[in-house]
Amino acid sequence: MDIKAYIALSLILFTIGIVGVLIRRNAILIFMCVELMLNAVNLLLVAFSQMHAVSTAAKASVTYASDAQIFVFFIMIVAAAEVSVGLAIIVMLYRNIHSVDVNFLNRLKN
Amino acid sequence: MNIQTILFILLSILSVGSALMMMLSKNPVKSILWLIVVFFSISGHYVLLNAQFLAVVNIIVYAGAIMVLFLFVVMLMNLNADNEPVKNYRLRLIAIISGGSLLLVLLSAFMNVQQANPVLLKTGDGGLIHVLGMTLFTKYVLPFEISSVLFLSAMVGAVVIGKKDS
Repeated sequence: MDIKAYIALSLILFTIGIVGVLIRRNAILIFMCVELMLNAVNLLLVAFSQMHAVSTAAKASVTYASDAQIFVFFIMIVAAAEVSVGLAIIVMLYRNIHSVDVNFLNRLKN
Repeated sequence: MNIQTILFILLSILSVGSALMMMLSKNPVKSILWLIVVFFSISGHYVLLNAQFLAVVNIIVYAGAIMVLFLFVVMLMNLNADNEPVKNYRLRLIAIISGGSLLLVLLSAFMNVQQANPVLLKTGDGGLIHVLGMTLFTKYVLPFEISSVLFLSAMVGAVVIGKKDS
C-alpha cells in the first residue's frame, strides 16, 4: 500500500475536524471534532511506523515501529485525560450560563 | 487489486463518510454515534496495518470510555433536538472555503513525498502486544509512570471543576 493513500485519508479527516471546529457552535461538538483530529494524526503515525518497519527489520533489536505506536498510545492517554477535564469544564459552563453555545462566551471581549 | 486494497478503500469511505455525517448532523446524540462509527473504522485501519494492540485500545478507550462520557454529558444536559440557535451562513461558507483551501495546500505539499518503503499491511511485528509491552515497560517505563500522575491530576481537576461551589 502506498503511503500517499494514508496521507490523503488522514489529511481529509483532519480537515473535516478543522471545518467542524469552525462551523459548529456547540461546545461538545467542537470537542468531538478535536478528538477526530487527534485520531487522524494517530492513523498517520501508525502508517508511518509500518512504512519504516521494513527498513529497520534488517538491523536487529531496533524497533522504530513500536516506538511510533507507543507514541500513539501516549497520545490516547493524554486525550483521555483532556476529555475528562474538558467535559467537566463544559458541565460547569452549562451550569453557569444554561447553554453550551460558544457564542455566549464573550464576556472577556469587552 | 487485492483484498487489502479493497478493504482499505471500504474503510476509508466509511470513515470519511461517517466523519462528514458527524460534522453535519444536527442532533448531538446522532453526531456522537457517527463518531463511534469513525473510531471503529479507524480501528479497522489499525488491524489492517497489523497494529493490533492499538486497534483494541482504540475501541476500548475511545469508542468505549470517551464516547460514553460524551453521551453521558449530552444526556445530562438534555440536548436532544437541534438547539443551535445562531445560524450564520456567511461564517459557515467562509469556514468551508478556508478548510477546503487548507486541504488543497496540505495535499499538494504532502503528495510529493519520497516513499522509502511500502506500508506494510498484515505483516511486521512492531504492533503486536508482546513487542509493544516489552518496549513500553523497558524503554518507556518512566513516561508510563508519569502518565499515571497525569491521570490522577486530571481526575482531581475534573472533580474540583465539576463540584458545586457551596
